[in-house]
Amino acid sequence: MSNEEQERRKINRGFAEMLKNGVIMDVTTADQAKIAEDAGACAVMALEMVPSDIRKSHRVARMSDPAVIEQIMATVSIPVMAKVRIGHFVEARILEALGVDFVDESEVLSPADEEFHVDKRQFTVPFVCGCRNLGEALRRIDEGAAMIRTKGEAGTGNVVEAVRHMRAVNREIAALQEMDEAELNRTAEAYRVPAALVAETRELGRLPVVNFAAGGIATPADAAMMMALGCDGIFVGSGIFKSEKPAVTAAAIVEAVIHFQDPKKLAEISRGLGAPMIGLEIESLETKMAARGV
Amino acid sequence: MTSSASNQTVGLLGLQGAFQDHIPHLEALGARWRTVRDAAELEQVDRLIIPGGESTVMARYLKRFSLAEPLRARIEQGMPVWGVCAGSILLAKTVDGRPGILGALSIRILRNAYGRQVDSFQAVLDVPALSLSAFPAVFIRAPKIVEAGDRVEALSWFGKDPVFVRSRSVMATTFHPELGSDPIFHQYFLALPNRAPREFSAPGLPG
Repeated sequence: MSNEEQERRKINRGFAEMLKNGVIMDVTTADQAKIAEDAGACAVMALEMVPSDIRKSHRVARMSDPAVIEQIMATVSIPVMAKVRIGHFVEARILEALGVDFVDESEVLSPADEEFHVDKRQFTVPFVCGCRNLGEALRRIDEGAAMIRTKGEAGTGNVVEAVRHMRAVNREIAALQEMDEAELNRTAEAYRVPAALVAETRELGRLPVVNFAAGGIATPADAAMMMALGCDGIFVGSGIFKSEKPAVTAAAIVEAVIHFQDPKKLAEISRGLGAPMIGLEIESLETKMAARGV
Repeated sequence: MTSSASNQTVGLLGLQGAFQDHIPHLEALGARWRTVRDAAELEQVDRLIIPGGESTVMARYLKRFSLAEPLRARIEQGMPVWGVCAGSILLAKTVDGRPGILGALSIRILRNAYGRQVDSFQAVLDVPALSLSAFPAVFIRAPKIVEAGDRVEALSWFGKDPVFVRSRSVMATTFHPELGSDPIFHQYFLALPNRAPREFSAPGLPG
């Protein structure tokens, strides 16, 4: 890795550190972005449709219109992220040219490449990618992701998949501690990543980059539970603007992340928020987004 | 009146951002630490780090959790405080032309003045006060200090911009020493004189 690449990695991983203990919210308009910023979002994800609407549309979902993204960038002072299809390196170049602060290579959009993810090391802009387990997480980090999030199951308002994925990552990192060098090397081979990256993860006892929870978080209690499971922060997609009172729900989720260890405060925070987004059972889904891009 | 690192507790403002990143440095120096999320927890600490993160989020919850006033009072009484990046925005007297939330440091600061994340950079700095030359400093969507008051000492510069400043026991860095492995900035912070030991800093008493 060149000095320049190493420096950019440090700057981009460092930026992800600054987002920690915060909530990143999906927004589709400048007005929503303002609501999210005022409620205490540490960043917004600019997109044309939230995942629950993408799910209903049954259409190919692509990068958002740059005009939508630019309008949101012009409205808020907090960082703005945007999504590209898995493997779509040209959409990623477009977002980089727009100056977005983070690119989410996301299974919520329709995959563009079933074989390769974007080679993220070639970019200046940082990337966040989804994972269901440690192998996926380390492959994305090896490709250059500066941040990881659980995939969960986006647009469902059902936290069960996010929990499954966070527990899988935790369990697989714990399992590394028991391994001798030969087992570690075999694991690296199975994960298709360099052994040094697996060894680094074992040493740290956690992922070497910031890890957020995403995909189905709909209530302050969901957010606090994911923090208690050890994630560094939260993405909320449809959970805010598909709820009855978006501004109130947004602020409550931010407060729940701050006070996730304090059940009395969580009780106060959860009181009288109106109806959360309607949740879907995972068995009822036609499309499992989490299975995209392994 | 410098107290040694071991008999004081450093607070980490824990509303949002990279507060955990300071823990290894503080532990390497033998300092106790605790997170601060409300006024009662602020009472438990002798000095405070306001970490990097999003200043809008921290400002909102400083107000909402009634922390801004007691924090301002503690700083006025002489509690040492270090603002990192977003933290320097919270400490500033003027932010983007408007009064800052704590107003504890006589600087005029502009948010995101070096650009967006693609413009974030690493620069090598000289810091004579710490006998550092060519220190690699990471600037992340950094704010720019465009003016510093008479009693504010600039301890390092990036071009024409002060990036490490101090006024009495209030210090600010617009870059992120906590992302490196050298605890030298933490050591400097721990040595800042505490003019108001905790036991004498009850509200109403002069600092």
